[in-house]
Amino acid sequence: MLQVISLLMENKPGALMRVTGLLSQRGYNIESLTVARTLDPTLSRMTIVVDIESRLHAQVIKQMNKLINVLQAQDLTQAPAVLREMVLLRVRTAMESRTAILKEAEIFGARVVDSSVEGFALEATGESEKLEEFIAVMESYGEIEVTRSGMVAVSLESKKLKLSPPVPKPGEAVSV
Amino acid sequence: MSNLMSGAKILLECLTRENVDCLFGYPGGVTLPLYDAIYDHPIRHVLVRHEENASFAASGYARSTGKVGVCCATSGPGATNLVTGLVDAMMDSVPVVALTGQVSSKLIGTDAFQEADTFGITRSCTKHNFLVKDIKELAQMVHEAFYLASTGRPGPVLVDITKDVFQGQSHYTPINEIHLPGYKVFTEGHAGQIRRAAQMIWEAQRPFVYAGGGIIAAAASPELRELVETVDCPAVCTLMGLGGLPGSHPNFLSIPGMHGSYAANMGMYETDLIIALGVRFDDRVTGRLSSFAPHAKVIHVDIDPSEIGKNRAADLPIVGDVKRVLTKLNKILHELKPSMSGKNSDARRAWWRQVREWKTEHPLEPQFSATEIKPQHLMNEINKISNGTAIVCSDVGQHQMWSAQLIRFDEPRLWINSGGLGSMGFGLPAAIGAQMANPGKLVFAVCGDGGFQMALPELATLVNYGLNVKVVVMNNGYLGMVRQWQELFYNNRTCAVELGSFPNVEKLAGAYGFKGRIVESPLDLPGALREAVEEPGPYLLDVRVTPYENVYPMVPAGGAINEMVLGPPQPVAVGD
Repeated sequence: MLQVISLLMENKPGALMRVTGLLSQRGYNIESLTVARTLDPTLSRMTIVVDIESRLHAQVIKQMNKLINVLQAQDLTQAPAVLREMVLLRVRTAMESRTAILKEAEIFGARVVDSSVEGFALEATGESEKLEEFIAVMESYGEIEVTRSGMVAVSLESKKLKLSPPVPKPGEAVSV
Repeated sequence: MSNLMSGAKILLECLTRENVDCLFGYPGGVTLPLYDAIYDHPIRHVLVRHEENASFAASGYARSTGKVGVCCATSGPGATNLVTGLVDAMMDSVPVVALTGQVSSKLIGTDAFQEADTFGITRSCTKHNFLVKDIKELAQMVHEAFYLASTGRPGPVLVDITKDVFQGQSHYTPINEIHLPGYKVFTEGHAGQIRRAAQMIWEAQRPFVYAGGGIIAAAASPELRELVETVDCPAVCTLMGLGGLPGSHPNFLSIPGMHGSYAANMGMYETDLIIALGVRFDDRVTGRLSSFAPHAKVIHVDIDPSEIGKNRAADLPIVGDVKRVLTKLNKILHELKPSMSGKNSDARRAWWRQVREWKTEHPLEPQFSATEIKPQHLMNEINKISNGTAIVCSDVGQHQMWSAQLIRFDEPRLWINSGGLGSMGFGLPAAIGAQMANPGKLVFAVCGDGGFQMALPELATLVNYGLNVKVVVMNNGYLGMVRQWQELFYNNRTCAVELGSFPNVEKLAGAYGFKGRIVESPLDLPGALREAVEEPGPYLLDVRVTPYENVYPMVPAGGAINEMVLGPPQPVAVGD
């Protein structure tokens, strides 16, 4: 079953590898993964969609929380959250279909980002299922090329971020 | 204070500040600047003969003291050779810091000579790892490594340091603060949960303590003992927890699990309350999970939240340092004792009667023969000499199980073995680390003839440093544990388990410049062990034991723990 995980993590080299390694070493296949900086440039927000048996969902969150670079791991699979994805799509089409494509794009709330004699480049955002419908509709008009962003998610519950404060270096001893 | 220092010197300064007195390592190309700095530094560098053994020795040092063990290797092959030791330390939660050299930062990614992606390779073998490419980050990262290795659930941490960092110069300011905002350690335990645990314990009719390596890591032996005596219930210590409760304690039922005692496994099966302390419900303990302790509620105390509910659901989870939790729990148990302990006294008396019955029905007993040395006899003799106080570093296999069953440990940190990973070749290098850390202690390395030969080059290290390690090889001519499985589960089709030849240890030890002796008669065994112990410095004993002995009781892999095989199958007539 697909699990949606939201991670807040330190933006450090190797941090992404730790997350993906944790999943791949258990044989889980990542459906999508997005990562970008937050307002605080030292931190990144990552949304992962991964196929994991439901009974293991809690264990994976615990394992994520154990990673030193992870400040917070949340399971958004069942939690109140907004989940969105973006698709960039190029469709090649004959002249007579162009108007129809524009109408369809409007229905899906898609925007035209490029137009040429060969066809359009369109941009759409929404829930994954809706985007899949959009892609299927566009495919019916001609050859398409699709790039999907993967899911990004925001939790609708404010969960307090618990961070460890600095500690004095333990075992202070002699110094040269 | 700030002065210009080389990266190598900064590293050594950090080690000094971490109270590191001993470093197990092997030099190489990119660590040359480090060794040039060691030349002028008081730190004791122990030159092992293979990097894997540096990681095992650091582990032996850490396991026998609780302090962080430190090992050091060069880039490429040096670093990759450390991997087994790191995974081993990870599985057994041992605080180890590994320092590796890396090619210069400009050369990273160019397939330079002796370049390997140490940072990537060791991601899954460590609690955390660091790649230092900037000398300004060196001191901070080294101290963070020590902090991570030794706090919370301990584990190995690797610091990969590029050659230009060792060689560079920087103003060094001592680091006085560690800030790891995402590193969460829960030590105290939830007060309400602890109170509920105390109630559950007094309400239970057949309580049972299942204590593990967490007791050793948290130095919680006195608290464990107090709990066991307050509640007066039977207790087992896992392979990682031996010595957590004195082996001579009347409530102690030895180890549970695959080769656990009959009483331990039956007790675990029949109990109505498992008090699980610093354990992880390992498959070697639980056997078939669905039939494990079917009547029991579980109180699970562990510092690592991900252990709770991982294998067996906990009815009452408590995340915390087991020492602190037990201190509070014991206090409440005492408070409640007058009002609650009388409630189930009949049931508890019956429970003890039952447990004692199991204990006498199938005790773990040494076996003797007049003509050949039984492996159990060997362990019994070591036990007599140790008398609960020697450090025993075991390798992996049948001898490990017999040692755990028959050698008594009255204190923590005496029994040192590769429990989780089961790395053959562990025993001898671990004994080197343990002896370096405990120069006054009697240290045995108990090995099989297989694992001993994996660590053979370290005999030179023993001689180099005059280490007082008594290497006892339980020599049955076989990779005995594998053979045991082939006999029992592969229709006796033994394959690639007969070792065939073994070096003459008198000549072998002689070649290295110390004494060795072959023991073939049970009559010579006590004298030979005595001689080994009395001889100053290292000693190598080759004890020729009954070749075909197998370890019992045994829970077949995937079996239920109450369905133990208690002895060898009866001979079956061949032919018809």
